[in-house]
Amino acid sequence: MEQQKETATLGMWLFLVTEVMFFGGMFCAYLIYRMDYYTAWVAGSERMNIYLGTTNTAVLICSSLTMVLAVHFAKLGNRKATAIFLVLTILLGLGFLGIKGVEYHEHWVHHEFPGPNFHFDAPKPGAALQYSPKNVEIFFSLYFAMTGLHAIHMIIGVGLLTWLLVRNARGDFSAYYNSPIEMTGLYWHFVDVVWIYLFPLLYLIRHK
Amino acid sequence: MAMASAAITQDEKPNYLNADYGIKSWLLTTDHKRIALLYLISITMFFFLGGFFAMLIRLELLTPAGDLVTSDTYNKLFTMHGIVMVFLFLIPAVPTVLGNFLVPMMIGAKDLAFPKLNLASWYVYILGGCWVLYAIITGGVDTGWTFYTPYSTTFSNTNVVAAAVGIFIAGFSSIFTGINFIVTIHRMRAPGLTWRRLPLFIWSNYATSVIMVLGTPVLAITLLLVAAERLFHLGIFNAQLGGDPLLFQHLFWFYSHPAVYIMILPGMGVISEVVTCFSRKRVFGYDFVALASICIAVLGFLVWAHHMFVAGISVYAAMVFSLLTFFVAIPSAVKVFNWIATMYQGSISFETPMLYAFGFIGLFTMGGMTGLFLGSLGIDVHVHDTYFVVAHFHYVMVGGMVMAYMCGLHFWWPKITGKMYPEGWAKLSALLTFVGFNLTFFPQFILGYMGMPRRYHAYPPEFQVLNVLSTAGASVLAVGYVLPMIYFVWSLRYGQDAGPNPWRAAGLEWMTSSPPPTSNFETTPVVTWEAYNYDEIDKQQEVPVAS
Amino acid sequence: MWSNLPLFPARASTLAGHVDALYFLLVAVTAFFTILIAALILIFAIRFRKTKHPVARQIHGSNALELTWTIIPLGISMIFFVWGAAIYFTETRPPKDSMEVYVVAKQWMWKFEHTEGQREIDELHVPEGRDVRLIMTSQDVIHSFFVPAFRVKADVLPGRYTSTWFHATKTGRYHLFCSQYCGTGHSSMVGTVVVMSPAAYQRWASSGTDGSLASTGEKYFQQYGCSTCHSSNTQGRGPNLVGIFGKPVLLDDGRRVIADESYIRESILNPEVKVVSGFKPIMPTFQGQINEEGLVALVAYIKALGNGMANPPMPVNNPEKAPYPVPPKPEASQATPSAK
Repeated sequence: MEQQKETATLGMWLFLVTEVMFFGGMFCAYLIYRMDYYTAWVAGSERMNIYLGTTNTAVLICSSLTMVLAVHFAKLGNRKATAIFLVLTILLGLGFLGIKGVEYHEHWVHHEFPGPNFHFDAPKPGAALQYSPKNVEIFFSLYFAMTGLHAIHMIIGVGLLTWLLVRNARGDFSAYYNSPIEMTGLYWHFVDVVWIYLFPLLYLIRHK
Repeated sequence: MAMASAAITQDEKPNYLNADYGIKSWLLTTDHKRIALLYLISITMFFFLGGFFAMLIRLELLTPAGDLVTSDTYNKLFTMHGIVMVFLFLIPAVPTVLGNFLVPMMIGAKDLAFPKLNLASWYVYILGGCWVLYAIITGGVDTGWTFYTPYSTTFSNTNVVAAAVGIFIAGFSSIFTGINFIVTIHRMRAPGLTWRRLPLFIWSNYATSVIMVLGTPVLAITLLLVAAERLFHLGIFNAQLGGDPLLFQHLFWFYSHPAVYIMILPGMGVISEVVTCFSRKRVFGYDFVALASICIAVLGFLVWAHHMFVAGISVYAAMVFSLLTFFVAIPSAVKVFNWIATMYQGSISFETPMLYAFGFIGLFTMGGMTGLFLGSLGIDVHVHDTYFVVAHFHYVMVGGMVMAYMCGLHFWWPKITGKMYPEGWAKLSALLTFVGFNLTFFPQFILGYMGMPRRYHAYPPEFQVLNVLSTAGASVLAVGYVLPMIYFVWSLRYGQDAGPNPWRAAGLEWMTSSPPPTSNFETTPVVTWEAYNYDEIDKQQEVPVAS
Repeated sequence: MWSNLPLFPARASTLAGHVDALYFLLVAVTAFFTILIAALILIFAIRFRKTKHPVARQIHGSNALELTWTIIPLGISMIFFVWGAAIYFTETRPPKDSMEVYVVAKQWMWKFEHTEGQREIDELHVPEGRDVRLIMTSQDVIHSFFVPAFRVKADVLPGRYTSTWFHATKTGRYHLFCSQYCGTGHSSMVGTVVVMSPAAYQRWASSGTDGSLASTGEKYFQQYGCSTCHSSNTQGRGPNLVGIFGKPVLLDDGRRVIADESYIRESILNPEVKVVSGFKPIMPTFQGQINEEGLVALVAYIKALGNGMANPPMPVNNPEKAPYPVPPKPEASQATPSAK
């Protein structure tokens, strides 16, 4: 059992390494374009809803707390508490996705989704911040690509947690065997960490 | 598959093939050996599909004018030849067929660390492969297997998204296999089997798995961004929005260069096993060969921009990458010298696997050294994107990796099926492959230096003679590949029974019956000997079968 | 003599001999090692075959040998690296006072614009014995300019300028290939480089053009209202452009950049990215209003200002009436040569 648990843990960490490389490509693209088009990045970032973004960050951090507690109680063999905290994690995750949906809708309505409907006002001549709207479109492309991929990972995470809930109700887990919960916890924390990087990079850029 | 299972009844001893019958027992298996066979069948089909496209390409290139197929069709042919061969054949072949079968056995384990993940990897591979097939059948893709932007994102009118999605999915198969191998090799070695007693095939697959785990996700995100750009007009690689087409190239080659080491490292592992066996000797310089595999994996991640010397990168960046490219060649050279030194003072026999190994060493040397031409900046400017490059990578991939794959298939066929292939026909195939290969690809070095660009459907008439030679060679090479298909299948029914260790080879996999039982070993072996202990083996009359 | 053997293309540039020399060294070393390895395999296979050598002698290894066959290949590789890098360094540093030709590539043709005003499609006339620098851009996808006889190749990218140069040494007609896959007509995107004697080139260049490239650029400079802000007598709303080409420019964020072709092009299309120190970021963008050939003409004009070979821009009559310059409406730009 111990060997199985260690094996599963090594496997999950390796998988998370692949996820780092996966998101890494887009972080790379983001950084390169930010160096070239800093003012466009400022313009785009100022269009982010910082209140919703901050709320979402708090929601995700709380969900990581509830996840840790779920793992903790699973290790103690407390099925009921495990279920409660799994449910809370799922709800927080869904809350995050809901808020994200609201944000996406706002962007869509303001023609901030890249493509033929994209429209971003050019800066007035003489304004302090000069940028090209076309470069702002690249910012939004990366915003939707990065947060979109993150959201997909969240949805998969919520799916995994639901499945864990079912298995927990069936009595599959005990103090002796609970590694699926722990492994899913690792995944969930990773998705949280990705957001912790995304949030300042996308929401918090202001003109120097 | 059912036929194969029914044919092998030799001792009535239960083995993995006759343990269970029926399609469900195969499609829902978690036995790594059966999964290896599932991969073998699917990979062979994709190999012949890619080969079919190659045949059409070579036929078209018989004449200078573009008269066999239209330009668009030709562009689709070379694209799909590349995609199918690279992603659906070369990357998976040795790891998923030979690796899946042998890695647990070579370390004395019952199976891989995550057997269900292994089955999932095959299904994911099939799903990705079918998606690519869908892209092919519904009109094809014409971007080249390299998908350069902005052609692929903005200008091509073909099934780019479908092809990209198919490759994206198939990439997960690589990632799952890589994770499985790394965890298995770390955690499931038999008692007494220290790292330095491992067969070099394991070292090679370990290094390969590290590359698969680190590199494949970058390709995944790159292709995803290309698909997203096409579908949603994102603009990340679109110059008109300020996007950078060169960013695509950097991201693409960051994976696709290490990818070529995914292809060759397992093949090199095969060669280490075969050269030692048919020289009856320990490998010369075990530590160095093992270390070389790791060095290739690490250095392989540092050279990607040598595909971009004329693309518009800075002079200083180009010099750094050129220097690193020369460094990455050295461990491969070290391996070649070690294999030859292994032969020295050996006791050499010339069964088919050894012939393929000879072919590999010679052709890989040529292919590798022509890589030095390309790494040398002044030369690369002239030969980049010409047939010189095409010849170089076919030398290492076909003359190298495919030869190693055939070598391994022949070497372990008796273990996998319990049957011997017909030696005479096999030797003939090896010879035909070697001759056909050289005739196909050597003229392309000359064509390239003379200036014939890649991906050209029509060409100036002075290039015709060399093209005709190349096509002639291709027809010989094709025979060299079709023959084994035939006699391998023939051997399942009519081949001689092989016995547990027909080659008297070292390695735990030979210490169990052929075909092996489902749990590989009756009892877990305890290892007290060094790898390739041929002196001890040859002193004994028979190789003991662990029972 | 060697050029009769169909093993390599004609040597028609100063570079070709150097590239071929390195190539021959590489061929020789490759042949040496391939033959060595093949010979060793053959010799060992025969000398140590089972029937003649039934018992193998186990040899674990030899650190000395390992070191030898690591160091020697490394040393040989370094020779290739240094020599190759040296050639590359020359290839990427066009000599000063090179003759310049602008290249605009598109699916699936090559457009050449000489500074004297000559325009060519798919055929490039150059004089023998002179350094020729190409400044290239693409209208659509990535192409690549490849002349095997010169041993020269450079990718041609959309959205920026790339450049290469050569010095032709033999008159004649040589293949020009596009060597970066670019779609349906990739293999038909071929042309010819015609190397003429200097006298013949002079005659060709001065026949039948309607003004030099720089004078075309001057027309656009007026037409698009550039002289409203960039006029010669005042450091007005925009920096004076006379003599700036090739010189360093101090930007408002403290960076110093060289005013080369790419800088000029970027300043017209994305002016806010690099703002000259001491000026306000008020220049509008002309993206979508000027095509690549128009940009090339403007670049040539600004370059010529630096040499004193073109007329400096004159100020507009009533600068106060137009506080911020308004670019002409799209209909007005029909005079530009159609690019598509």
